[in-house]
Amino acid sequence: MANSRTRNKFSAERYGSLIALGILVLVSAVLSPHFLQPQNILNILRQISYTGIIALGMTFVIIAGGIDLSVGSLAAFAGAIGVLTMNALGAAGKPEWVGVLAAVLVALAAGSLGGVLNGLMVTKGRIAPFIVTLGTMAIFRSLSLYLGDAGEFTSTNTLYSQIGSASIAFVPVPVWIMAAFAAFFSLLLGRTRYGRYVRAVGSNQRVALYSAINVDKVRLLTYVVIGLTVGVTAVLISMRFNAVGTSTLGVNYELDAIAAVIIGGTAMAGGSGTIWGTVVGAIILGVINNMLNMVGVSPYLQGTVKGLVIIGAVLIQRRKA
Amino acid sequence: MPEAVVRTEKIRKDFSAVTVLKDISIELQAGETLGLIGENGAGKSTLMKILSGIYQPTAGALFIDGKSTSFRNPSDAKAAGVSIVPQEFNLCPDLSVSENVYLGDEIKGPGGLLDRAAMRDRTRELLSELSAAIDPDARIVELSAAQKQLVEICKALVHEARVLILDEPTTVLTKIEIDSLFRVMRDLRSRGIALVYISHKLWEIAEICDRVAVLRDGELVHVAPVATLSLEEMARRMVGRELSDVFPKLAEPSAEAPVLFEVEGLSSPNAFENISFSIRAGEILGLAGLMGAGRTEVAEAVMGVRRATGRIAVAGKELRSHRPMDAVAAGIGYLSEDRQGSGVMVPFTIAENATLVSLPRYSRGLLGIVDRKGEAASAERWKGLFSIKATSTDQCLEELSGGNQQKVSLAKSLDPEPKVLIVDEPTRGVDVGAKRDIYRLIADLAAKGIAIIFISSELEEVIGMCRRVLVMREGRAAGFLEGAAVNEEEIMYLATGIREGV
Ligand SMILES: Nc1ncnc2c1ncn2[C@@H]1O[C@H](COP(=O)(O)OP(=O)(O)OP(=O)(O)O)[C@@H](O)[C@H]1O
Ligand SMILES: [Mg+2]
Repeated sequence: MANSRTRNKFSAERYGSLIALGILVLVSAVLSPHFLQPQNILNILRQISYTGIIALGMTFVIIAGGIDLSVGSLAAFAGAIGVLTMNALGAAGKPEWVGVLAAVLVALAAGSLGGVLNGLMVTKGRIAPFIVTLGTMAIFRSLSLYLGDAGEFTSTNTLYSQIGSASIAFVPVPVWIMAAFAAFFSLLLGRTRYGRYVRAVGSNQRVALYSAINVDKVRLLTYVVIGLTVGVTAVLISMRFNAVGTSTLGVNYELDAIAAVIIGGTAMAGGSGTIWGTVVGAIILGVINNMLNMVGVSPYLQGTVKGLVIIGAVLIQRRKA
Repeated sequence: MPEAVVRTEKIRKDFSAVTVLKDISIELQAGETLGLIGENGAGKSTLMKILSGIYQPTAGALFIDGKSTSFRNPSDAKAAGVSIVPQEFNLCPDLSVSENVYLGDEIKGPGGLLDRAAMRDRTRELLSELSAAIDPDARIVELSAAQKQLVEICKALVHEARVLILDEPTTVLTKIEIDSLFRVMRDLRSRGIALVYISHKLWEIAEICDRVAVLRDGELVHVAPVATLSLEEMARRMVGRELSDVFPKLAEPSAEAPVLFEVEGLSSPNAFENISFSIRAGEILGLAGLMGAGRTEVAEAVMGVRRATGRIAVAGKELRSHRPMDAVAAGIGYLSEDRQGSGVMVPFTIAENATLVSLPRYSRGLLGIVDRKGEAASAERWKGLFSIKATSTDQCLEELSGGNQQKVSLAKSLDPEPKVLIVDEPTRGVDVGAKRDIYRLIADLAAKGIAIIFISSELEEVIGMCRRVLVMREGRAAGFLEGAAVNEEEIMYLATGIREGV
């Protein structure tokens, strides 16, 4: 695997989630012959990519000792103003590609700025990340509900939804984007100075401070990273539905993203974790969902299974510690 | 002979493929104090962790009062009367001193509620027995390393233990606290409690122990009554060779050398007031004083991890802002006294720790990709220079012995190649051989024109390494000593304000 060094502890953790995934795939293949069909696999990958991209950003936040609950609300907000901008440009008679470009830029900027806001309150304001992002979770949701009067913004741009459902070499666009982010973030976390600092700050903030690391900057940037991924997901998911439901988009995203990170072996207390682990964690969640659907378990019960898997993953983590 | 309180039979301990203890058979009688010595990584702490239930032996047997026993965890050991003061602090930083002392062992009053007053009073009593001026209500984060050490000792004293293990309890203590500790230890011994005492300061072993056991590379090579061994003999048995002079010959200070580092009117609320000094290139300035005199706090203020007012200048250029990154950028290097609290990243590898401060030098390109080869090469160099005992520079610090972690901490502060170096307890927990290497290295750095501030609770070290010493008392500069005046009597006079023997 392209990941960094062979620290015994880390590879054991990664190994764990990989084994779990292997078993799941095996069981699913036995339960349903349909499971291994390429179309089904691609479907699973597409489904996980939206929250999976956010989970990649969440990995940085959690390793640095933080948490972000506001991702779903921020996605709705960023998506809403992106689509609003695009529709306004369309009404003004601008070409469609200009509208798409503007929507992407606006959503990415909104996501990143939301991250800056969270990060500033955590670092400069010295407020616990849980509290800050619980607050902004409510704020961003309420702002988008206000903008859309709790309804939907439908895109008037045909190019927008075309991109969203496009595939390159049979693989859906969101999956490519998630793969690209995973590769880049893996490099960033495992091989760069910034990645080292993120782990340092999450391991022991005091030692990091005494080692002349700009702790506030490092932590702030993790929120910007996740804000950016939220912007990306906002674009991709609104392309998919050709609309932004201000009351529905992004609901429970924080749960899926945090779950993927934890199942992937990142320590909840911070300090250690890998991007590849998170990818595996996200796929595990997707496979479980898919399997439950195929064997006909009520969708209402799927949340129970997901919850049990998260709790189980944390239990295993604690046994190792 | 009476039944030994503790006896081990052919204890072995392996960590994955590495054997760190080989067939250790040793016994401990009631009312005796056993000294345990050996080089860094010899296996002292590992053996003690087995006796106190933290580790389980790979092979061998443990007998308590002649009965074969195995401890699954520290509570088992505690229940059997074995208590330990671990080498690394194990305190909850956000709880108060008395809460920590009674953690897991709280005194309950009527109705099952905590009897805070009783716990506080008993803690205060214990602290005063150790002559430690620490408020039982203070939070652990507010304490210095020496104060934390004393709290850790109190914590072990609270349980009525029959066997008390002290793993390097005096590394950051000054003479006064050490004397009080020894008084308490003698009292325990007279009450029939068995003590194991680990230290790299051999004179302490000679003073307090009845017998001494020497570990070398995981083997018990010698056990004998203390009276039969001279200090030189102990050192020789530990390292297996003769050791020459401990302290290097210091270069004559040159009056022409430019002033490299200046501090003027530095004050920090509740810590120290109006401290001024200047150091020439190539000079080592000692900072001495009792516990709580403010030595460490001055260093922290210079590094920007503690709020302070006053002027700090490196090579004539005043430091504009007071953040750690600014101090490092100005060329100041720092070794913290609190190894695991603020010195090293325990889950990081040796290489990652050694380059943590100097990482910008190893990162390339826009993204700052870390040059792992260069990093490993530097780490390898430090490993060789300090003879760090580890399988490779990719080993995590949690798997290193205390003294070896200390060497990594020192490497971390030296790797940025500072112009001004502040070392706070540089040889904390380091064995006699490595101590000598560290002293030589510091003297060499000075000879190359670096200005050094040398802080230590060990007077002998300050006297051996510094030609000029600033003595602090209760947050103020009590005075400077120079040349022949740098001796124990003068330092203690300034540090306490009392001249002895008059
Ligand atoms: N958890 C661990 N995993 C692997 N190796 C370990 C672990 N703990 C200790 N060791 C190794 O065991 C050896 C003995 O370590 P120990 O801590 O007992 O030394 P020590 O005699 O107490 O040294 P010091 O004087 O530096 O405190 C060292 O080489 C150390 O690297
Ligand atoms: Mg030790």
